[in-house]
Amino acid sequence: MQHKKLVNGKKTVIRLKNVWKTYHMGDISLDVLKGVNVEINSGEFVVITGPSGSGKSTMMNQVGVLDTPTKGKIYLKETDISTLTESDLAQLRGKTIGFIFQQFNLIPTLSALENVTLPTIFQNVPEEIRLKRATELLTMVGLEERMHHKPSELSGGQQQRVAIARALVNDPEIILADEPTGNLDSKAGKQVMEMLARLHTEEKKTIILVTHDTGLVRYSQKTVNLKDGEVVSIQTNGYSK
Amino acid sequence: MIKDYINIPWKEIKRKKMRSWLTLIGIFIGIAAIVSLITLGQGLENAIEQQFSSLGKDKLFVLPKGGFFGMGASELLNEDDLELIQGASGVKIATGLTQAFAKMEYNDLVSYGFISGISTDPEERALVWDAQTYGLSEGRLLREGDKFKVLLGYEHSQEDMFEKRVELGDKIMLHGTEFKVIGFLEKIGSPPDDQAAVIPLEAYQEIFESGEDLNFIIAQTSLAEDPLLVAEDIEKEMRKKHDLDEGDEDFEIQTPEQFAETFNVILDIVQIVLIGIAGISLLVGGIGIMNTMYTAVLERTREIGIIKALGARNSQVMALFLVESGLYGLGGGLIGVIVGIGFAKLTELAFVLAVGPAFLSIKIDWLLIGGTLLFSLIIGCLSGIAPARSASKQNPVDSLRYE
Repeated sequence: MQHKKLVNGKKTVIRLKNVWKTYHMGDISLDVLKGVNVEINSGEFVVITGPSGSGKSTMMNQVGVLDTPTKGKIYLKETDISTLTESDLAQLRGKTIGFIFQQFNLIPTLSALENVTLPTIFQNVPEEIRLKRATELLTMVGLEERMHHKPSELSGGQQQRVAIARALVNDPEIILADEPTGNLDSKAGKQVMEMLARLHTEEKKTIILVTHDTGLVRYSQKTVNLKDGEVVSIQTNGYSK
Repeated sequence: MIKDYINIPWKEIKRKKMRSWLTLIGIFIGIAAIVSLITLGQGLENAIEQQFSSLGKDKLFVLPKGGFFGMGASELLNEDDLELIQGASGVKIATGLTQAFAKMEYNDLVSYGFISGISTDPEERALVWDAQTYGLSEGRLLREGDKFKVLLGYEHSQEDMFEKRVELGDKIMLHGTEFKVIGFLEKIGSPPDDQAAVIPLEAYQEIFESGEDLNFIIAQTSLAEDPLLVAEDIEKEMRKKHDLDEGDEDFEIQTPEQFAETFNVILDIVQIVLIGIAGISLLVGGIGIMNTMYTAVLERTREIGIIKALGARNSQVMALFLVESGLYGLGGGLIGVIVGIGFAKLTELAFVLAVGPAFLSIKIDWLLIGGTLLFSLIIGCLSGIAPARSASKQNPVDSLRYE
């Protein structure tokens, strides 16, 4: 059993050890991830990138512990996720990882404020605390005026900022963003990226960004390049490892 | 916490208003039917209880077996039976009645109604008056020496029967014989009674050639006696006289309480059947909720993926959907209770307008309302279990990918 592994004095928060993901379609089985080994340390800004079909999405599901590997192990904060029940994993995920999706994925019936508080409901956070926190976060992303609006009444950039506030509401160590700028114009996209960068530098959050946009690599400390389900290179601060 | 688990499903219900209403209809029709049936049934039972207890507990009705108050029975009672009953111990007074459904002619029009023959002896007549809850609205009562004289039911004093009202002193043809109208009875509230004609027994026997036959005998017991014991004695005596074994009686003796019970048993059976039918509609309503919930789960596949990614346990996902289906049940129940009681109240009003006040009085039974609401909530939750379970079991990755 692997215990606290320190790299440059830093804790490993997510570790993928020889992770395979195989999909079966009838008689055909397709290896989407082929023995991936990745470590993500606390406080890092990691970009996972690769061309389409390289297994990025599958990789993001594994890193975000939304799915379990066919083979291999995933450790989230030293816990082997295969030892957890689906529900306990969901709880741990909700507490540890904040998700930002390309499609924003807000609940259309709920207001911005209710969307932001949603993850806290599942963690049984008392109402007054969660309302205070959600309000602060919406203020931080510049949406204090639009708190009671439904997602359909907000622009794409505003919706993604609500999603960022939602990702932060349980104060997770890790922010996992899947193509967060993919559905935004360049101005709104830049705003979102700057917010992520600020969360990294000021809040010391671990940021994992999954993107095909190699232009975003400049924000990262570590870049994981995927191709055909394998890690072809890991670059640190722009230097190939 | 609980507030959130109600708020989120509530917003989902409001999002598809049309579908939500349609889902509610399934439940509320069933609940409305049950609530109104039970409420009306209770009201009717009370009404019957009151009607019969107003007859007085000291009355006994001796009837031939089979038929309805002697009509259609194979073997009628007769004057000998009356004498036997009058002589039985514990009986204060007894009188025999005859009754037939016969032709009535007035104003060149023909109608049919019940014609009763009653004794003109003042005491016996008083007993009939009491037992039949007759009252006089106009004219005078039958008295000794009257023969082709008639007291008519309430409807004769209106324009309903013969297109114009019958006046005191007019002549009316009953079963082909002319009678003089001497009075009118008060409204009783049932058309057969209000269309009836009451004539002296003597006249009845003459026009119907009924001899000594009697359709039924009414007896009043002495105050000190237990009517049920007196009834037993009479039964024994009559068996002996008719030369019958126990269980083979061609007559029966009933007290007002027994009448009420008999009616209530019939009413209960009718109610059970109707509530059973309403129950089927509830079952269909429940299936409607299940259908809506399965559709909702499918439509919200992606949202289920989102909340699972955000850390919702399977049980929490399940709770959200169960509350939603429970709300459908409860909402349907609430509307159903309101509609059901409204319907019962309207029926009460219809009775009041038709028969007069205080016949059917509807009481709002809070226990029934509470029980019904709980029941509809349970139906909603039960209908939601399978869809909610399927929602909670969804894989977050597949759900998030769902378009």
